[in-house]
Amino acid sequence: MDALILQILNGLDKGSAYALIALGLTLIFGTLGVVNFAHGALFMIGAFCAVTLNRLFNLSHEVEVPGETDFLGNPLMRDVPYLYDIVGESAGAAIIDWSVPLAILFAIPIMIIVGVIMERGLIKHFYKRPHADQILVTFGLAIVLQEIIKYYYGANPIPTPAPDAFRGSFDFGAMIGFDPNTIIYPYWRLVYFCFSVVIIGAVFAFLQFTTFGMVVRAGMADRETVGLLGIDIDKRFTIMFGLAAAVAGLAGVMYTPINSPNYHMGMDFLVLSFVVVVVGGMGSLPGAVLAGFLLGILESFASMREVINFVPGINQVIIYLVAIIILLTRPRGLMGRKGVMED
Amino acid sequence: MGILEVKDVGKRFGGLKALSDVNLSVKENSCHAIIGPNGAGKSTLLNCLVGKLIPDTGSVMFDGQSVLGRSPHEINQMGISRVFQTPEIFADLTVFENMMIPLFAKRDGAYRLHAYESVSNERALIEEAERMLDDVNMLDKRHMHSASMSRGDKRRLEMAMCLVQNPKLLLLDEPTAGMARADTNNTIDLLKEIKAKRDITIAIIEHDMHVVFSLADRITVLAQGTPLVEDAPENIKGHPKVQEAYLGETH
Amino acid sequence: MFGLEKKDATLLLLVAALTIFAPFLLNPFPEGSAMAQFNAGYPDLMQRFVIFGIFAIGFNILFGLTGYLSFGHAAFLGVGSYAAVWMFKLLSMNVLPAILLAVVMSGLFALLIGYISLRRSGIYFSILTLAFAQMMFALAYSVLTPITGGETGLQLALSDPRILDGGTADGNLPVPGLFGLEMRDSAQLELGAWVFTFNIGYYFCAIVMLLAFYLAIRIFRSPFGMMLRAIKSNQQRLNYTGLNPKPYTLAAFVISGMYAGLAGALMASMDPLAGAERMFWTASGEVVLMTILGGVGTLIGPVLGAGAIKYMENIISKINSDILHGWFAFLPDGLEDFIVAVIYPFIGKGWHLTLGLIFMAVVIFLPGGLVEGGQRIARAFRRKKPDTPKSAKTEPAE
Repeated sequence: MDALILQILNGLDKGSAYALIALGLTLIFGTLGVVNFAHGALFMIGAFCAVTLNRLFNLSHEVEVPGETDFLGNPLMRDVPYLYDIVGESAGAAIIDWSVPLAILFAIPIMIIVGVIMERGLIKHFYKRPHADQILVTFGLAIVLQEIIKYYYGANPIPTPAPDAFRGSFDFGAMIGFDPNTIIYPYWRLVYFCFSVVIIGAVFAFLQFTTFGMVVRAGMADRETVGLLGIDIDKRFTIMFGLAAAVAGLAGVMYTPINSPNYHMGMDFLVLSFVVVVVGGMGSLPGAVLAGFLLGILESFASMREVINFVPGINQVIIYLVAIIILLTRPRGLMGRKGVMED
Repeated sequence: MGILEVKDVGKRFGGLKALSDVNLSVKENSCHAIIGPNGAGKSTLLNCLVGKLIPDTGSVMFDGQSVLGRSPHEINQMGISRVFQTPEIFADLTVFENMMIPLFAKRDGAYRLHAYESVSNERALIEEAERMLDDVNMLDKRHMHSASMSRGDKRRLEMAMCLVQNPKLLLLDEPTAGMARADTNNTIDLLKEIKAKRDITIAIIEHDMHVVFSLADRITVLAQGTPLVEDAPENIKGHPKVQEAYLGETH
Repeated sequence: MFGLEKKDATLLLLVAALTIFAPFLLNPFPEGSAMAQFNAGYPDLMQRFVIFGIFAIGFNILFGLTGYLSFGHAAFLGVGSYAAVWMFKLLSMNVLPAILLAVVMSGLFALLIGYISLRRSGIYFSILTLAFAQMMFALAYSVLTPITGGETGLQLALSDPRILDGGTADGNLPVPGLFGLEMRDSAQLELGAWVFTFNIGYYFCAIVMLLAFYLAIRIFRSPFGMMLRAIKSNQQRLNYTGLNPKPYTLAAFVISGMYAGLAGALMASMDPLAGAERMFWTASGEVVLMTILGGVGTLIGPVLGAGAIKYMENIISKINSDILHGWFAFLPDGLEDFIVAVIYPFIGKGWHLTLGLIFMAVVIFLPGGLVEGGQRIARAFRRKKPDTPKSAKTEPAE
């Protein structure tokens, strides 16, 4: 029992990332009808927003340490972030420590701008072109974006730690009445899961309860009719693209303490996220979220030693296997509407 | 016994009864029109004949064989060709290539891997294609990209693609929909000529009464998924039931 | 000629001439000169040009003709490589049985994967092929290590049986060959400052590529090729014309899988090892890039695309900032630094960025790739002459 709970927990953080990326992909596909292969790159850019902010906070200048010298007898120099000069040392240290959560504020405007530029500059010219063309051009864009990041940040993963308070693990098992030390879970993964639930909830609430969201949902169902009502659906769709980019970016920001960001993390997640979208059902938002978590947890179960001993290598292929079975037996996915891309 | 025998065919979509108790007999070498108001089930019936839909009940016999459960390409191989409401052609191919494909289908069946021979060596088929193009006055356009043609030309090309297979039964789904009067008349003339020249059975779904009464030997009126009347054209014109069906539909 | 129309025969002869004289054509700069780094006429790279040319030609038969975008074709390349290396280990270092088994095996895999994947179309087909290829990659990398060599890859060993060759005689690993001709053997010709290398492996691959290219022309011009284009154009019409698209598409899938297997076998023949990374999805993406860049659906396009990308990967990527500074040394210092700073991100290690940008530009502006670009330029020149207004007719599948 405790082992099962542990596996579910282990699957949640990856599942959260899948769900957030797949949610954005589905928003874009459902509203704009575009298959966006550059969506993983948005996730990656989000992660590098966190890296950038961390570096900005750490911009330093050298000061002498009074009364100490190095081994040559010169005054000892120490790097002091400019931040310390502005807000004082203790506040500065705290800000640097909390740079990843703070990067959320930093990433939102950047991701929206990136998303809107992407949509207005490139994607909108591909609304009427075949899906294959959309895949190809966004695939090209993904290469370009990841190469730009690689140029400025190098090819190596950049460790970006969580705030001190959330480092380490806690005994989740003891909290819910199991024997101590049976379910040890890192704090930050729990934070990530809660964060993704909040984001997903916010997106659904936005679509459900605002007029803007209502129009977008109507547009997802029947674009032409909404256009006929005299509503400028294109402008709203641009904003939706920005929103989807922000969701992917935030998923990336918060993921940095779990996996040190590198330039190809977007592509790595993209392939799996696409599988998630297909399993959930093209164009179905709840399907994307459900499939994201399900596949994350399934992947985690497949990594259990008992399972691997029984079916070697299953942990490597489980997601693809599920995708193939779903596609062949139920092409509209778990929760897809009948007739959407069902061929 | 007609070449096409539809018996007790019924089809439902969820709760909607699209067709019920449809009986229809199309005589060989006749032109049989199926008319009816919008939503009468004409297209559904047509789709049941060509294998796109499978009826829930009843049987469809063509030339003594059942078509039920067969796929569209098998039904075509039995001798039924279909013209669509909006022309369906191979838009990325030239007019000539559009003509060659039905000829290959007729000669080689549904599938044959002839990957090493050259199309340009198929003298006999090429001649046949050109003869047909000549018949529909499109020989000068044979190297044209078919996507760049006018709608009328596309329609004529589609018709030629069907005819070149020498089908026993030609199904026409509103062949003059959206056409100008002059084009409609040309189409009527073309179809009359085809009827005169060949041994061919034509079943036509049409809204335009002018077309129907110019061509049809027999007319079935469909309303709410059921045949109302079947009779010769001259008897259909003044038939009270028909007027009721149409007028009832359009207030 | 060769059962081809004049235009196609000319194209074939042109490609043949280019591949035969490639050691000269690709080495236009004298040895030791500043431009010598742009020479691509060394065996290793020339082999890659033609091998990836084969891969792309095959991919184009599927994607270019039927429009089915496979994102997992590298899997068949990997299968071909593994099969070939196993032939070297078990049977003989002769490349012919290795190639034969590789083509058969990749064909069988393509038959199985194609049969399943082709039950869906559009993006679902792409995802299915991607999923299959990723599965094969993951398995080759982990569980199938006894067959694939896992992380280290599959290599020759002194203890291999090599039944036909009678095992390994001396203490050295044998090299692949063709009835006594060793693939790695080269002859060098020095003409003044120029050095040209003629490598047996390259010429072997070149001949195989010419055969593959010839076969592709035959397929393009055959009724089968026409059917494939009809599938891309309008499947509904094809159905109602009495044709069953499925076996045609499956045949195209298997043929293109066999081309990939052939390419994989040649890679193993030039350098007898095989690794799982050859099957990774980025490798599948690369052949998509090649085909689109050169001109999808055209005969020569995929070969050009493969050449362009391999050239960038091997030549452009080697230009570092020192070399750039050397080129612009004649400029004033500030300007020199500025220009180098502007250019540098796009070359050297950043060549992928250039590739991505070019690729996007091609998809947006030139859907016909380099071939369409060439045609447009040629047409622009032709248009300058008077009285040829009617020649601007587009010809498909040139």
